[in-house]
Amino acid sequence: MVLARPVGTASEKTTGDTGSTGAAGEAREVGPPRDPRGAALRLALMAVPLAFFGIFFAYPVAAIVTRGLRTDGRWRFGRIPEVVSDPAVVDVLWFTAWQAAASTALTLLIALPGAYVFARFAFPGKGLLRAVVTVPFVLPTVVVGSAFLALLGRGGLLDELWGVRLDTSVWAILLAHVFFNYAVVVRTVGGLWAQLDPRQEEAARMLGASRLSAWRRVTLPALAPAVAAAALMVFLFTFTSFGVVQILGGPHYATLEVAIYRETAQLLDLPTAAVLSLVQFAAVGGVLALHAWTVRRREGALRLVDPARTARRPQGPAQWALLGSVLAVAALLILTPLAVLVERSLNGPDGYGFDSYRALQSAADSGGTFFVAPLEAVGNSLRYAAVATVIALVVGGLAAAALTRRAGRLVRGFDALLMLPLGTSAVTVGFGFLIALDEPPLDLRASWMLVPLAQALVGVPFVVRTMLPVLRAVDHRLREAAAVLGASPLRVWREVDLPLVGRALAVAAGFAFAVSLGEFGATVFISRPDHPTLPVAVARFLGRAGELSYGQAMALSTILMLVCAASLVALERIRTDRSGEF
Amino acid sequence: MNSHLRRAIGTALLGSLGLIALAGCGEDSGGPGGADSKTVTLVSHNSFAVSKAVLAEFTEKTGYKVRRQTGGDAGSAVNQAILSKDHPQGDVFFGVDNTLLSRALDHDLFTPYRAKDLDRVPAEFQLDAGEHRVTPVDYGDICVNYDRAYFADKKLAPPRTFADLTKPAYKNLLVTENAATSSPGLGFLLGTAARYGDEGWKGYWKKLRANGVEVVDGWEQAYFDRFSGGGKGDKPLVVSYASSPPAGVADLKTKPAKAPTGVATGTCFRQVEFAGLLNGASNTKGGKALLDFLLSKRFQADVPLSMYVNPAREDVKLPELFTRYGVEIADPATLSPQKISKNREPWVKAWSSLVL
Repeated sequence: MVLARPVGTASEKTTGDTGSTGAAGEAREVGPPRDPRGAALRLALMAVPLAFFGIFFAYPVAAIVTRGLRTDGRWRFGRIPEVVSDPAVVDVLWFTAWQAAASTALTLLIALPGAYVFARFAFPGKGLLRAVVTVPFVLPTVVVGSAFLALLGRGGLLDELWGVRLDTSVWAILLAHVFFNYAVVVRTVGGLWAQLDPRQEEAARMLGASRLSAWRRVTLPALAPAVAAAALMVFLFTFTSFGVVQILGGPHYATLEVAIYRETAQLLDLPTAAVLSLVQFAAVGGVLALHAWTVRRREGALRLVDPARTARRPQGPAQWALLGSVLAVAALLILTPLAVLVERSLNGPDGYGFDSYRALQSAADSGGTFFVAPLEAVGNSLRYAAVATVIALVVGGLAAAALTRRAGRLVRGFDALLMLPLGTSAVTVGFGFLIALDEPPLDLRASWMLVPLAQALVGVPFVVRTMLPVLRAVDHRLREAAAVLGASPLRVWREVDLPLVGRALAVAAGFAFAVSLGEFGATVFISRPDHPTLPVAVARFLGRAGELSYGQAMALSTILMLVCAASLVALERIRTDRSGEF
Repeated sequence: MNSHLRRAIGTALLGSLGLIALAGCGEDSGGPGGADSKTVTLVSHNSFAVSKAVLAEFTEKTGYKVRRQTGGDAGSAVNQAILSKDHPQGDVFFGVDNTLLSRALDHDLFTPYRAKDLDRVPAEFQLDAGEHRVTPVDYGDICVNYDRAYFADKKLAPPRTFADLTKPAYKNLLVTENAATSSPGLGFLLGTAARYGDEGWKGYWKKLRANGVEVVDGWEQAYFDRFSGGGKGDKPLVVSYASSPPAGVADLKTKPAKAPTGVATGTCFRQVEFAGLLNGASNTKGGKALLDFLLSKRFQADVPLSMYVNPAREDVKLPELFTRYGVEIADPATLSPQKISKNREPWVKAWSSLVL
């Protein structure tokens, strides 16, 4: 069931030289001619995402920044040079930037082979493993930090085996960032990779290209947008890293995010916080511009095929070795810390057993309003995450559809705007919500909607970045052919785009869901105390002394892991069923 | 084609309107903007807790339903209340302590109200006694905790005072929290400042540093990852709370004779938590009733096991868990809220460059 495909276009594009020269890029544009109707449609599609971002991101963030920079009706820009020239701030900015760059590079280095293996090889337990590597995403950093300390810290596994301690070193931070972001690369890049037709690379080899040059000239250019998208997300995530840096780096290391949190939530020095937020925006804006510039000419129509067709059992010792080493790295880097959490949830004050799990229930039964029954917290988390996923899919899906056809600067700016929440401090968003959404008609102070809205804000960038490379890869001639045959734009989308992007949609949904499930930074400010999400409930247990509390926190984290893995496996199922439509 | 286009635009617009409408629906019953006088909203930090039965009793007696709203940790919650004071999130705020009190009062957060049973609260907790803008609800102490087993094994007496901690016998044994980011970390710093004076604390910390104090970022890491008494670490001394030993045995099915951890009673800094009626509260009457309730015997008796702090009222008996596994701190270090407010930032800065 290969897609009907107009002859030529895709392979012309992908086998073409991908030198970065503009002229070559221009020639490869497979986009439609611009017409006013298309522009109007795009504008219409953008209305919802624009409204969403205007109301739930730009407005609250502008409100909190303005509050800091404007007193008694006058702007106080004088604070800007003061803060920016403070050597301590410069140090923080430098550290934030380089650790994010290093984390991104390391994550790509470790996860790209993983993306290949997940895309091209069929092996038993693949679906489960793909879900499991995404689990770190939802785990509270304080819990993960604890697991990493158990492995890398004093008396940890490494220490006992070789006398090596990595805590309070930057390596612990980098490794933890790889742990958290492995799935971003595997899922974003692997999602597209699985749909690339392997026969193109084979054809290039047939024509005499070496394995390496065939990969470099055929596959890599086709993957570039997805790699860039993954790198961008990992960078933004690590650029705003908070808990990982605090717990594993110790009090000596601080990111911009930490500084903004301190100034806002603890010192209430809003002017300084506002300037730091602007610095963060400027840095993130620069990265977004760089990203836009690098991928601009690289996206084009590709030949997409059913992923089930491209994966096969590894052949020959080299492929088996690759599969083996990827699995070993994943086991070491991702499964071991997860295993530590499970082990600790089972290792209670009275030896191994399910005491901590039982205590979870009894803490709730004792009648306090503080601890909720684990099932209730699971229910809260799932409900919030489901609503957030729907919002993120609607908003992100419409945005991605609007952005599919490349257009002028305005649209590219819109694309960047959608990514900004990932690079914005959670405390800025949380406090912004509070002071901006407090008057009718937008009085959300008492609303449960605040939580999924804040979570969706982080989910949308994932949806856009996962869907966009695939949507742009859809050959426009398919759409035109459908239109010529009399299909409405909506029908074209349903019949042409949707089946091709079904997989990307599922991946996007998985991301949005996982991100929402694990969101803590903003949720903790706005969630309702009687309806805590799982990460918030974990934090409550960790706020109380005692071995059992720790065990309970680990038990709840294990439940969170299971919930996440089960949801993602279920999502994979839906996708597998869908792929029948190819 | 054109009609399709129009339909697409229409759908998009409808969608965005729907989103906004959805947002508008957020004002459910009893929102702070609403005029529902049967609901009273309590704003607090996320450690606030009360037994369901006790809360139900309040509703039964007064007819008010309590809606709760939280805003992160204690510092965040106070700052949020300050930022949103033109449109307060609720009627009563609970959880401003003596380290943040001055900031809250300077920003004119509260309306004076003298709670009914205030005369049952010892004068030492009434830090706003003249004006009654805030009502003391509970208190607790930040103290060094020790691992009983470690000191019994080593046949070493656990430290009792700040001065003890700088002795060679306790070298490399103490872990504390970053005073810039953690509330017990700050409390411990303030305790040393109260004990050794505005400048003298720096000399004390130099000695403490020479004696190998370790600083981690937050209480969770200190207690669970570094401390040997309650967690998986190897440091037998940690800056925590006087109530940590009873809290640690609370959910154990078979209770030990003694808590596995003890408290160095001469290293404590007192924290008092207050509640107040928010300026601009939409339900002032309900708010006053709620403040009365926070000082009522029923609520006060519930405080220890719900929040692991001591009730402010002197005529409330502590539960067995506290009397058996906890200690009463007779002579904690204290500082006036004004002094804390004035020195907090410079001290934390000086501390950071000295210790980190």
